[in-house]
Amino acid sequence: MTGIIDYDAGNIRSVENALKRLGAGYVISSDSQVLSSCDRLILPGVGDAAWAMARLRANGLADFIRNTDRPLLGICLGMQLLCSWSEEGDVECLGIFPNRVRHFSSVLPGNMPLKIPHVGWNDITSLKTGLFDGVAEGSYVYFVHSYCADIGEDTASVTGYGVPFSSSLCRDNFMGCQFHPEKSGDVGERILSNFIRLRR
Amino acid sequence: MLAKRIIPCLDIRDGQTVKGVNFLSLKTVGDPVELARSYSGQGADELVFLDISATIEGRKAFSGLVERIALNIDIPFTVGGGISTVEDASVLLRAGADKVSVNSAAVRNPELISEIASRFGSQCVVVAIDARNVGGTWRVTTHGGTRFSDRELFSWAEHAERLGAGEILFTSMDHDGTCGGYACEVYRKLSGQLGIPVIASGGAGNAGHIIDVLSPEGGCADAALAASIFHYGEVLIPDLKRQLADRGIPVRL
Repeated sequence: MTGIIDYDAGNIRSVENALKRLGAGYVISSDSQVLSSCDRLILPGVGDAAWAMARLRANGLADFIRNTDRPLLGICLGMQLLCSWSEEGDVECLGIFPNRVRHFSSVLPGNMPLKIPHVGWNDITSLKTGLFDGVAEGSYVYFVHSYCADIGEDTASVTGYGVPFSSSLCRDNFMGCQFHPEKSGDVGERILSNFIRLRR
Repeated sequence: MLAKRIIPCLDIRDGQTVKGVNFLSLKTVGDPVELARSYSGQGADELVFLDISATIEGRKAFSGLVERIALNIDIPFTVGGGISTVEDASVLLRAGADKVSVNSAAVRNPELISEIASRFGSQCVVVAIDARNVGGTWRVTTHGGTRFSDRELFSWAEHAERLGAGEILFTSMDHDGTCGGYACEVYRKLSGQLGIPVIASGGAGNAGHIIDVLSPEGGCADAALAASIFHYGEVLIPDLKRQLADRGIPVRL
């Protein structure tokens, strides 16, 4: 059973639909008791980092996530929340990954006329971790974001948009992807099906 | 490298596909979900569904269809057609659409753009603009190109971006349906002027036209949308993408 962490930060639906397509059982909950009985967890998220962190702290989910020993996958904002800090609202995040999250405009070299947000299909390289079993180097996945995590020792894939950034991260039982596997066609389906095979 | 996107567009009436599709051996040619799945399998990067229903029942069928698409399709999709209030957009986004496109209603009431953007985020607001060249001025039209508004294309596109549009989908009504190529010089100007992606629509007759509008020497557009050339099999998406890649234009293969 996969637990989808519900903290009112939207777009649970697309993750839910992806799990349905894979025929995977899931439960949506904000209750840490319920979530701790799951084999693995997904932290989705669309919206503002500071607001989302406030939500996670208010209902005790921040501590629950930090202490869980279940495989946990953060998606998009969910991945950014697992980092140490986000420029979006200048907020301290969960600190699982030491990486810092900055707005593209803060990290792009001066006068590089790139459109923000970074929207569309981009490639992932330097793939690490079992999440990418059967996924080829340079595969394309779907992104929609304005903030990005820097490169560090937990970087599990790299994508370039003006600058290289961490398109996924991994440390122990924690994983995160900046892109949307649930909207990334066959490649995304492969990544999610790799994840739903993981157990504690 | 960020890929240029290829976007087939499907017209929907009462929950069924309207335009004929004569290259796919589908059980139900009218079923948009089956068509969408086929396009997704061929490598379409995104899909657009335009509701052209004239009745309330038809519009209800459309939101039901959006739920089925969201459940079955694993690439992003945009829905549009007759969205005139935040509530209209909300119903479709909650049903699982990734983006909504607004057109005539935004010309009449530009605040609609900022209202949808502030509630659901700019990334899900596509502002569709139809315009005609009248004596050198690109005048914005509404109601499928049948009525002129008092707006001009470039200033309206910039205004829409300021209000929170996430993308601009521009259709040249002079080129639409001609199969003679896109209005490349207009896309080039829009793309240089705006900080958000530009989707080209109207005029595609062959793969060369799509190469022209996406290439850095041509239209510089971020994505190309087309309907009939895909529906009638005149251009097959895998062939098109290979040709784009051969020209050095980044695409998802």
